[in-house]
Amino acid sequence: MNKTIKQLSTLLAEGETSSVELCQDYLTRIQAQNATLNAFISVDADKTLAEARAADALRASSQGSLLTGVPIAHKDIFCTEGWLTTCGSKMLSNFVSPYDAHVIEQFKAAGMPCLGKTNMDEFAMGSSNETSFYGPVRNPWDTERVPGGSSGGSAACVAARMAPAATGTDTGGSIRQPAALCGITGLKPTYGVVSRYGMIAFASSLDQAGPMAQTAEDCGLLLNVMAGFDARDSTSLERPKEDYTRSLNQPLSGMRIGLPREFFGPGLVGDTANAVEAAIAQLRKLGAETVEVDLPNSSLSVAAYYVLAPAEASSNLSRFDGVRYGYRTPEYGDLTDMYEKTRAEGFGSEVKRRIMIGAYVLSHGYYDAYYIQAQKLRRLIANDFAAAFQQCDVILSPTAPSTAFKLGEKTADPVEMYLSDIYTIAVNLAGLPGMSLPCGFDAQGLPIGLQLIGNYFDEARMLGVAHQYQLATDWHMVSPALVGC
Amino acid sequence: MSLSPQDVERIAKLARIRVDGDEVMAYQSQLNNIFGLIEAMQAVDTAGIAPMSHAQDLFQRLRPDVVTEPNRRDAFQALAPQTENGLYLVPKVIE
Repeated sequence: MNKTIKQLSTLLAEGETSSVELCQDYLTRIQAQNATLNAFISVDADKTLAEARAADALRASSQGSLLTGVPIAHKDIFCTEGWLTTCGSKMLSNFVSPYDAHVIEQFKAAGMPCLGKTNMDEFAMGSSNETSFYGPVRNPWDTERVPGGSSGGSAACVAARMAPAATGTDTGGSIRQPAALCGITGLKPTYGVVSRYGMIAFASSLDQAGPMAQTAEDCGLLLNVMAGFDARDSTSLERPKEDYTRSLNQPLSGMRIGLPREFFGPGLVGDTANAVEAAIAQLRKLGAETVEVDLPNSSLSVAAYYVLAPAEASSNLSRFDGVRYGYRTPEYGDLTDMYEKTRAEGFGSEVKRRIMIGAYVLSHGYYDAYYIQAQKLRRLIANDFAAAFQQCDVILSPTAPSTAFKLGEKTADPVEMYLSDIYTIAVNLAGLPGMSLPCGFDAQGLPIGLQLIGNYFDEARMLGVAHQYQLATDWHMVSPALVGC
Repeated sequence: MSLSPQDVERIAKLARIRVDGDEVMAYQSQLNNIFGLIEAMQAVDTAGIAPMSHAQDLFQRLRPDVVTEPNRRDAFQALAPQTENGLYLVPKVIE
């Protein structure tokens, strides 16, 4: 069951297996492991197998395409028609979506059955999957530890091979950081490449959906399904269709890899430092050259992000008012009472904190000092990357400052949690594509992730570097011993 | 920048989130902690820098003003806590 999307596609094409057989196998593994890992919020074998039978029928009548019949799990942030879509929140604990997100439509068109909806930090706000109304997700490598977040359920399910791949979303690192902590490969595309229609909004100028899988090649195949213009998303970009797997086999000789001085400073220590240095050495062996670059304003990315993202969230989450859908408080007097109680009861504490910060920084008298200042910092950070990309083709850094921490370790201090995203946040602010791939393990056997950052729309080249690295190493092929099986 | 309990109450009102008694203190301390992180931004001189709202220089696409969506009111209203005659029911607003 260690098969990649690519391998499953070949097996299906050659008639060696069927979609029904694959889905049954994955559903069995979900059944065995989910009580411990809590990676899935919703599983519905009947729905999954119905989609699998339809996929098999398509292949039988020669109407299938490359990925028809390959199953995938979806983060519970994507509206999926007929499925409970909770966004990890009590606020949507009764919301059965009446429509499909664009991303879900794309996967349906590709004939890929849905294995279930994965657990996540509430409204995508978190870096450990501990804020979910449905309980924390556990890291398959050590169930006392977090999988990372907010796409913790998706990362855990791929790491434990409960699914060959899953969708995630990334606003400040929520695909890349859990991918690193769980030892899988995850990619956030350039802002605007994947439609946000039907993807429950957190911070509209930062959110992007992306694939999480075992390999860079799989991520490229999945991005081919997910990417594309959608008129229903006003920030969706109209660009010529491209094949994100086209550069996978390009040799790395002459590839210039930028190493930001600020990301390799005194804060980077121990096993993470060693694994990343070893990866750099490996890439040099493959023919790449490294060059030091500067991202002088990157140290302020977390500060700027915690103004911009909460501000946008406070606006996006104002729709949750108990009127048209979702949770409504059972007892209330007037309308204001209904709103205030619904939102106090329906949202968890991290979500409420961020809404309050957002309301404050957007309020009269503070807008210029905080919100506008943060947007100016955003410009400076984007300019830093533009200057760096004059000297290199791809930028490399660790994905996360440490390996998976213990459940409860960082929940007392929100700011400590926020600093988990110190290497990933600047990428969202600039809107650049970024990915994480496994590059080793620490002394306790916990995965370490390597981050690659590409220039705008340069996903294919970034995936190429990752793929060449994965041909020469096998960190990405390791999966933890199965739990409860 | 330090928040007072009155600030917390004001923000809660803006956010339409009920915050009671002891919770005000807890929020005050948590939010002040987060503002400590944000304050680092103030050290940077951003004179003459244009604010950036998102990655691409996007403009709002326009389309012809014609109906393109099917009417799915029943499907959507089936999810609502309370409806009547195609309307959403809420407590009386006007005194």
